[in-house]
Amino acid sequence: MRSFKDNVLRGLLWLAALLTIAILVTIVGYIFYKGIGLISFDFIFGDYSPTGGGGIWPMIVTTIYTIVISLVIATPIGILAAVYLQEYAKQGRLVRMIRFATESLTGIPSIIYGLFGAVFFVTTLKLGMSIIAASLTLTIIILPVIIRTTEESLKTVPRSYREGSLALGNTKLQTLYKVILPSAMPGILAGIILSIGRIVGESAAIFLTAGTVAALPESIFSSARTLTVHSYLVTQEAGDIELAAAIGIVLIVIILILNLLATLLSKILNKADY
Amino acid sequence: MVMTTLLSKHNKKVKEDLQQMTESNGKTKISVRDLNLFYGEKQALYSLSLDIQEKEVTALIGPSGCGKSTFLRTLNRMNDLIDGVNITGDITIDNENIYQSTDVIKLRTKVGMVFQKANLFPMSIYDNVAYGPRGQGIKSKKELDKIVEESLRGAAIWDEVKDRLKTSALGLSGGQQQRICIARAIAMKPEIILMDEPTSALDPISTLKVEELIADMKKDYTIVIVTHNMQQAARVSDKTAFFLNGEVVEFDTTDKIFSVPKDQRTEDYITGRFG
Amino acid sequence: MARPPVEKANKRKYMLEKLSGRVFLFCALLSVISLLLIIGFVFFKGINPFVAEGYSFINFLFGDDWVPSEDQFGIFPMIVASIYATIGALIIGVPIGLFTAIFLAEIAPKKVAKIISPAVQLLAGIPSVLYGVFGLAVIVPFLQNNLGLAKGQSLIAVILVLAIMMLPTVVTVSETAIRAVPKSYREGSLALGVSHIGTIFRVVVPAAKSGILTAVVLGMGRAIGETMAVILVAGNSLIVPTSLTDSVRPLTTNIALEMGYAAGVHQEMLFATGIVLFSFILILNFVLAKISAKGGN
Repeated sequence: MRSFKDNVLRGLLWLAALLTIAILVTIVGYIFYKGIGLISFDFIFGDYSPTGGGGIWPMIVTTIYTIVISLVIATPIGILAAVYLQEYAKQGRLVRMIRFATESLTGIPSIIYGLFGAVFFVTTLKLGMSIIAASLTLTIIILPVIIRTTEESLKTVPRSYREGSLALGNTKLQTLYKVILPSAMPGILAGIILSIGRIVGESAAIFLTAGTVAALPESIFSSARTLTVHSYLVTQEAGDIELAAAIGIVLIVIILILNLLATLLSKILNKADY
Repeated sequence: MVMTTLLSKHNKKVKEDLQQMTESNGKTKISVRDLNLFYGEKQALYSLSLDIQEKEVTALIGPSGCGKSTFLRTLNRMNDLIDGVNITGDITIDNENIYQSTDVIKLRTKVGMVFQKANLFPMSIYDNVAYGPRGQGIKSKKELDKIVEESLRGAAIWDEVKDRLKTSALGLSGGQQQRICIARAIAMKPEIILMDEPTSALDPISTLKVEELIADMKKDYTIVIVTHNMQQAARVSDKTAFFLNGEVVEFDTTDKIFSVPKDQRTEDYITGRFG
Repeated sequence: MARPPVEKANKRKYMLEKLSGRVFLFCALLSVISLLLIIGFVFFKGINPFVAEGYSFINFLFGDDWVPSEDQFGIFPMIVASIYATIGALIIGVPIGLFTAIFLAEIAPKKVAKIISPAVQLLAGIPSVLYGVFGLAVIVPFLQNNLGLAKGQSLIAVILVLAIMMLPTVVTVSETAIRAVPKSYREGSLALGVSHIGTIFRVVVPAAKSGILTAVVLGMGRAIGETMAVILVAGNSLIVPTSLTDSVRPLTTNIALEMGYAAGVHQEMLFATGIVLFSFILILNFVLAKISAKGGN
């Protein structure tokens, strides 16, 4: 009797796993199958043409802009915030409040970030629908990611490094930049790479803050569309699945490369952890 | 065989050094008065008072958890790093109360420390030894080279590492790493060196080398060493303090502690009846 | 020996130390400031119609009609659509995801798990829009043809897309939790003569409960907050769904669809929609935190 039940459960486990794998392989396979025909040098590096047949270079440029700007702002802030929480703060109400805020930010859906960006950066700060408004919104989205990964990697730095350095008459600040941050660097970089993935995958928040202009942005104050938003718009407006899938291939490849980088870095981190 | 020859050679050298030592000037370097330490509500040290003489080796012995390491770490204020530690009483070094002064950097420059486990940074041997002086703003390569060489010689490891100064310090053996740690402390030109069970993670031969080094170093430095190895205390120290449950039970010359202890508990401990 | 004059040099160090501590604190406080700004601005905008312009909040929550041109703002159909879509996606996605995680952690040969787990993790990072594109291109026509619907964009399409989308998250997080269960638990149970499968379901899974709940919360968060992928497959009709095949408009899609041209009260009502969505997430997180705290005891 028991072994019959066991066999049923075992069968269900196999079934679930096969189903998951089948679904995920189908999705990726479908996107490659539909989109691969469009992939070419001109597609990647060509200008967009509203009548079809153009490339996605403007969207790649816009995506790069958003990545660079939000990282430039969020990385130092996130790292220093994590340093405060891990190395400086005394545990107490203030730290609990900061942690609560960071966790809450993680749970807010991106459409709410979009609403906030639209009313705060776009309207109140008069930045208009622009790359900069979207990037600032993204900065807040990735801030918790960077804080959390940096904190995790600071935790792996042995206490003995801190003691050794302080006992040699170094200040906390000296200890931080000479010993602790270099040791934590691979983990911090992995966090930054995760954030890039988040930025590349983001759509709703960017849709409401950067607008949808499909042209090479003149400056960071121009309205523009990222790859992901473009993929959405060509599906929604034109039903152009092939184009959306081709953009999907580019996105998947980017995510794949980022993942490989992150894995590599975490291997380095593990090796450094003697 | 090798061990016994090494040991007898070692003992002889330590004895010679000791004889040199008895001629020390007997000036008080560190003076502790009525020191109490609390971790939050819990008291860890009870009303300690003792004087540590200049250019002597003072050993702190006692069973685990007796407060000897905690006491050692009050001498360079490493306990400041732990939340909720409260200290009352006075510790003066060269007649300056170290808990009244706010200059912790100055204190830690003057009082070096060697930890239980070698805690070298993931850098080259050279950078490890130069770490302290660089933190003090010394940038000249010539000067740093000189300090590094002197310190490594002072820690009796120069000959072993002089050809690989730029390689990672973490590739060395445990005993070598610990001696680099000592060199790193010496590089700060401290007056006092605190050692927290410096040989507990080392093999016997490396231990002997470090002990010889300690015996050699006391002509230049005041050394306070925590150890749970009583033979080590007997071999290297001039004075010994026996700690039990956060109190100093007995503090006297090492000879007296190990031959005619006054307190029954001291005797029980050194004869191995507990701990 | 030329050591720089210690006291003077140290004074500068202590000043820097103090200053840097403050800078670090400020950076840490920025996340608190951001959260307050987000809540402040969204709530300020969203509450305005009810406080300053006399709209009824009850009518807003329970009204059936959303006709901005006629000044009617009822989001009841959207609330129902969001709840149905999220629960439906959980019903499908969580068991499949959890069973897959158990399979990968406990049953699959190591070599197989080593290939599949990272692949699943990778899929958690794929932009959700692509799941929507797949839904529109494959799932919607499939439903249309096989269920004989006039329009394949429907509640069930939303549920399927969200369930697929949450799979990688649920699998990855639960797998980590299951793998973290100490070996001794398994050995203890096996030594008592309980079968491998019995051990998994009676010892390992209960021990990993809090991690699995986290996986559910994260998956649910993804489902209820997802916007662009949902727009593509929902149909976006403003009716209270009565069947799985009805076209629906969840809360998120309402905001994204109309934010582009909304102004005045209409725009403020979209912020109010955002508040409702926000509250949902807070309540759900709170409830699940309670459940997991109870489970912990």
